Amino acid sequence: MIKRSLITLALGLGLGAALLAPALAQLDAAKSSVVAVSRQMGVPVEGVFKRFSAQVSFDPARPAEGKANLEIDIASFDLGDADFNRETTKKEWFDTAKFPKATFVTTAIKPAGAGKYEAAGKLTIKGRTQDVIAPVSFKTEGGQQVFEGTLPIRRLAFNIGEGEWKDTATVADEVQIKFRIVTAKK
Amino acid sequence: MMNVSRLPTTNMEYTRTAIALHWLIALLIFSLFPLGIYMHDLPFSPARLKLYSYHKWLGVTVFTLAIARLAWRLTHPAPPPPAGMPAWQRIAATATHHLLYALLILVPLSGWLMSSAKGFQTVYLGIIPLPDLLTKDKAVGDALLIVHQVLNFTLAALVATHLGAALKHYFFDRDEVLGRMIPILNRNKP
Repeated sequence: MIKRSLITLALGLGLGAALLAPALAQLDAAKSSVVAVSRQMGVPVEGVFKRFSAQVSFDPARPAEGKANLEIDIASFDLGDADFNRETTKKEWFDTAKFPKATFVTTAIKPAGAGKYEAAGKLTIKGRTQDVIAPVSFKTEGGQQVFEGTLPIRRLAFNIGEGEWKDTATVADEVQIKFRIVTAKK
Repeated sequence: MMNVSRLPTTNMEYTRTAIALHWLIALLIFSLFPLGIYMHDLPFSPARLKLYSYHKWLGVTVFTLAIARLAWRLTHPAPPPPAGMPAWQRIAATATHHLLYALLILVPLSGWLMSSAKGFQTVYLGIIPLPDLLTKDKAVGDALLIVHQVLNFTLAALVATHLGAALKHYFFDRDEVLGRMIPILNRNKP
């Protein structure tokens, strides 16, 4: 679906527009990762989103024109334990049946020191959207753009962990989203 | 036999430290064992996560106390068995005690390793992270669960034997063995 809309977009904008802005780069999935680190009873627990897609358009010379969008397949969340994985798809947690995707769409990118940027954007999980600012470090490795950072979020702001799971003494409210987005070679 | 036990030599009794460690560890084991069985069958819930953490914390406590106890035992010899005790009983008692000491170390250790292999670090009291001695590996984690269970049921059987023997000494042999670990039951004290 994303691909199709991209093609439509490219056709619509035409070659002229495509020359003005850097092209949207696709993801090098093997090198990219999105990991959520939560704390259970003080124990850090890592969960990996195994499937996600991203399109990034970024030129370090003109960061303000950069943009990125990320779409995460929530059902691909893997805590490394089948019971836990089954649990996280339920209504109390991600409610995967109703909300299969989480998205992040940038609204503004600002420089924040050498190789560092602040990517403001809208993060939507479980149907709830929050304005967030992700600190991003940027580098180029072998012709590929690498964006890395950690975005702290509050799970309860997204209604993740309902009912008895609202208890933050068991599962902390703060969750660290660690991301590493590597664009595919052009 | 009685004459020997009445001799005012200190090595006929356990030290207060040894007695304290024995009963503290006994209390912890008697809490940990049923807790372990109970929590294992709980549905996924905050209560389950809490109990697992408490079980791990208590287990780490036993592990630490067991190391202290072993060190104490190696530097403070246990009182000898009552004179006249048949050789097979002496051997059985020594074997049981050695196995109990081994399991006091191995049971918590197997739990700690299982936690590591299952990818859940043990953080003592939610504050002090213990190093993960194994990397995350589901097959190893599942195997260690079995190891932990088998060691625990072995420990339970040995504790039952130990308890039975202590009661036999008190009620049938009517000797001073139980009194050495429960001083108020010491028959030879004035």
